[in-house]
Amino acid sequence: MPVNYYIFLSLTLFSIGVAGVLTRRNAIIIFMCIELMLNSVNLLLVAFSKMHFGNVELSMLNSNVGIEAQLFVFFIMVVAAAEVSVGLAIIVMMYRNIHSVDVNFLNRLKH
Amino acid sequence: MSQLVFLVPLFPLVGFLLAGLGRNYLSRSVSGIIASAAVFASFVVSLFIFQEVRAEATPVIVELFPFIDVAGIRIPFAFQVDRLSVLFLLVITGVGFLIHLYSSAYMKEESAPHYARYFAYLNLFVFNMLLLVLGANYLIMFIGWEGVGLCSYLLIGYWFKNKAYGAAARKAFVMNRIGDLGFLLGLFFLLQQFGSLTFSEVFPGAAGAPSEIITLITLLLFVGATGKSAQIPLFTWLPDAMAGPTPVSALIHAATMVTAGIYMIARSNILYTLAPATQLVIAIIGLCTAILAATIALKQNDIKKVLAYSTVSQLGYMFLGLGVGAYTGAVFHVITHAFFKALLFLGAGSVIHAMHHEQDIRKMGGLAKKLPQTHLTFLIGCIAIAGIPPFSGFFSKDEILINAYAFSPVLYWIGMAGALMTAFYMFRLYATTFRGTFRGTCEQAHHLHESPWQMTLPLIILAIAAVAAGFMGIPELFAKDAHWLQRFLSPVFEQSTALQHAHTISHSTEYLLLGISIALLLTVIVYAWKRFSSKPDLNEAVGIGKLLERKWLVDELYDSIIARPLNHIAGWLNTVAEKKGIDGLVNGSGKLVQWGGRQLRLLQSGQVGGYLLWMVLGMLLLLVLIKTL
Repeated sequence: MPVNYYIFLSLTLFSIGVAGVLTRRNAIIIFMCIELMLNSVNLLLVAFSKMHFGNVELSMLNSNVGIEAQLFVFFIMVVAAAEVSVGLAIIVMMYRNIHSVDVNFLNRLKH
Repeated sequence: MSQLVFLVPLFPLVGFLLAGLGRNYLSRSVSGIIASAAVFASFVVSLFIFQEVRAEATPVIVELFPFIDVAGIRIPFAFQVDRLSVLFLLVITGVGFLIHLYSSAYMKEESAPHYARYFAYLNLFVFNMLLLVLGANYLIMFIGWEGVGLCSYLLIGYWFKNKAYGAAARKAFVMNRIGDLGFLLGLFFLLQQFGSLTFSEVFPGAAGAPSEIITLITLLLFVGATGKSAQIPLFTWLPDAMAGPTPVSALIHAATMVTAGIYMIARSNILYTLAPATQLVIAIIGLCTAILAATIALKQNDIKKVLAYSTVSQLGYMFLGLGVGAYTGAVFHVITHAFFKALLFLGAGSVIHAMHHEQDIRKMGGLAKKLPQTHLTFLIGCIAIAGIPPFSGFFSKDEILINAYAFSPVLYWIGMAGALMTAFYMFRLYATTFRGTFRGTCEQAHHLHESPWQMTLPLIILAIAAVAAGFMGIPELFAKDAHWLQRFLSPVFEQSTALQHAHTISHSTEYLLLGISIALLLTVIVYAWKRFSSKPDLNEAVGIGKLLERKWLVDELYDSIIARPLNHIAGWLNTVAEKKGIDGLVNGSGKLVQWGGRQLRLLQSGQVGGYLLWMVLGMLLLLVLIKTL
């Protein structure tokens, strides 16, 4: 499959994520949209990794080309997992305090 | 012994530190003794050095430590001991010691801390003056030059509670600064031309330098000298400097500091010999100053003011001597003047002391009987300054005037007129003060007393010197090769003498001139003595006399053409440029930031969605920027 397909898919997912973050008010949905953006990037990284590996000549079958991208994906996953745990904790605390997960209720942080 | 020359300035420095730092703990007698002993020790060392230098003509350079050593410029902190500097050493420390001794009695009324402060300043002055004459390069000389200016300021304003005295001190300082700027510029040009400020490196190469540069350098250095030595146009500070204690006037404003300009020019004599244009300027300015100051002195009624203008006038003669190339004559006059003018000032101090700080000669009179020693020594000083043989002033003034005659007879006759005025105002001063009847209050008459021995002893010693000092320079007219000073100083002025074409005057002309001048002087003296003894000039001056009394309105002139316009500009800068321009700029930038902050605050709405939108927009912008660049 050409790499273009993956790029378009990632782009679509990322745009959905951005649109969701900008338009939705529910904190959990925003959170999910952020995850969506992260994962679209992961997908793109894996796709490029595969693309580069496919371009290597046969004589270098044991080559490590493109492996950095896949490693990077794991890093992103780990960081995302950590972020999720912190973010969900914040949302839980927010719900406990204002009985809502609507981010527009959080405008009292200014001043 | 010459290697130990650093001791000479070291003693007064130590004395300054001891008296200055211990001023709250030391009693008056202790601080006075410390300060006087310091200068006396310097005098003793100077005597030993003098003995050595008398035998050995080549200058000894004592390098203490490198002072500036950077980018190819090497200026060591070095002293030069040669025949010129050793003469000044003797005068400074010798007269300085006598004046310290005198001060210890004269300043007795001061409280102990102020007494010690006075002596600390005086020692600091002696230290700086020694630095000035000992420096082996122009920079060390400049350090001393600035140092004596500072001490002069401090001592003029010694009674700082009196506002007028403070103003006089500031005036002296500012006027000196104007001159110092010229001096400093001269040093920069010297450094640029010769790459060095050391005398022994500059002078041998001077003949090879372009003459315009030499003229420029010498003129700039002379500007410095006009400030320090009170010549036209910067002379008005010296009469005001009489605000200081009288011994200070004797030491700083008559005997030593004001002769620094003459020392500097005599030291750089080769540069001046190579710049005839500058020499002409010096001669003319010197002569004009001599005449102008002498005319002003004719009508002054303050005993110290008369002496102050007389000092300015005598300094003018010294510059005339330098201008016509009579370097020896100028230095000779510096030495004799140091003796008789210090004597006159100290005598005036003794009179003021006896009169309880009365300085107006119209309220004195008939003091001869009450103050016999002061009277006699003062009379000797007057005769010496008037130039009656065989007193010292005759020899030195005559040498300058004869050289001026050889240069141009016009200079001689104008100078002679000034000398006649000198004789007139000095004997007017003498007769009004010491002759006739006493015109002060009964209480003053009751308290009139001769001063204590600390004050009369210096007077007597200086009187002897004022009589005898002339014999170190007997002109060739009277005895062949009797001019000891000329022989002594010949190595210093060697280079210049080689360049000057000797102009000789026939002995008959010289005798004629001498005869005329002595006859005229005696006439003037007898006239002044007779006239002012019987009926002194007590009335308010009118007409031209009023103009002279008001000092030719020079102060007013400077005030209206320099001080007031400057004040106006300063006022404008203060009210308009400062308040509106600079303050407006500073306050405006502050206001701009505040206003901008108020506007930007609206962006911070607290809506998370809004922030996120800005963030996305920002990232898009970055993306676009990265793509396009």
